[in-house]
Amino acid sequence: MTEDLRSEDYQRRTDTLAGWPVKIVSYRIGATHYCHIDNVSPGATIARANAASREAAEEEAIAKAAGRLEKTQRHS
Amino acid sequence: MQDYAHPESIVSTEWVAENKDNEEVVVVEVDVDTGGYDEGHVPGAIGWNWSEQLCDQVVRDILPKEEMENLLASSGISNDTTVVLYGDNNNWFAAWAFWQMKIYGHDKVRIMNGGRGKWLEEGREISTEIPAPGTAEYSAAEADNSLRSFLPAVQEALGGGVDMVDVRSPEEYSGEILAPPGLPETCQRGGHVPGARSIPWGLACNEDGTFKSREELADLYSSRGISGDRPVIAYCRIGERSSHTWFVLKYLLGLDGVTNYDGSWTEYGNLVGVDVERGEG
Repeated sequence: MTEDLRSEDYQRRTDTLAGWPVKIVSYRIGATHYCHIDNVSPGATIARANAASREAAEEEAIAKAAGRLEKTQRHS
Repeated sequence: MQDYAHPESIVSTEWVAENKDNEEVVVVEVDVDTGGYDEGHVPGAIGWNWSEQLCDQVVRDILPKEEMENLLASSGISNDTTVVLYGDNNNWFAAWAFWQMKIYGHDKVRIMNGGRGKWLEEGREISTEIPAPGTAEYSAAEADNSLRSFLPAVQEALGGGVDMVDVRSPEEYSGEILAPPGLPETCQRGGHVPGARSIPWGLACNEDGTFKSREELADLYSSRGISGDRPVIAYCRIGERSSHTWFVLKYLLGLDGVTNYDGSWTEYGNLVGVDVERGEG
């Protein structure tokens, strides 16, 4: 018998990381919490993580995203 | 969705939930990062990796005809199959697959409105099982390159008579940044094709990723000078965001003469001895 899986506790919010607007999406599938972060403009996923809690998944994804966004150079 | 110019080209998440088990329908998740597919996907959906399965791995190009036939056949897709595409990044890469399938003449292909994000947000059933479709037979048409623009057409368009639409972010358009924030820089010069209008792809979508209404889309593009009276070339950085806008202009608004310049800024912004334009335009 297959497990009935669906995403639960879906949340999305906007924030600023390293000076760039980001959208943070988190949800749970089964016992695993997922977090995806995109760069809002244009909307590409730049980091994702999963963990046993929402907080841990977000913390890891935010750290990855911030590290990548810090490397983005403004040329003018 | 019945108001769109080609309502048959788009389906809702509700429709997919009701039809995903239909033997005449194949659902495909198209991602640039297939980690999302691995988390869970529409039950029965096949996963395609954009960079490995929808691009030539040697020449920078779409798939050659034979490889496209192999991909579709091995996915259980025959010429008569209804294919529903959805994916990450708000369907950018699903739109690329749609564009490429149209180039090779597939008739019944649809985009799931809202993509992977909407399916998850609605808490719909998902699965981690990888389907094993039987092999089908597929015979692709010769590539219809009228749906595509190459560099010579873009350079010719500089002389006028064509509406060039840059669908990247305003910061990419102006030259302030060379790639979307957080992603590697892939061009030598920032800016845009001279004369191009900035109409970021995301303006065509609602907050939940679904497409705006036909009336809203018509207002958006006409207010920025795209009336459909002239050919339109859409471009972005690598051609995936612009395939999204190409879909909007051609299938939701019904404009003729719309092409996707898939060489996009990673081609134009790396040309030697060619002027680019900077600033907000």
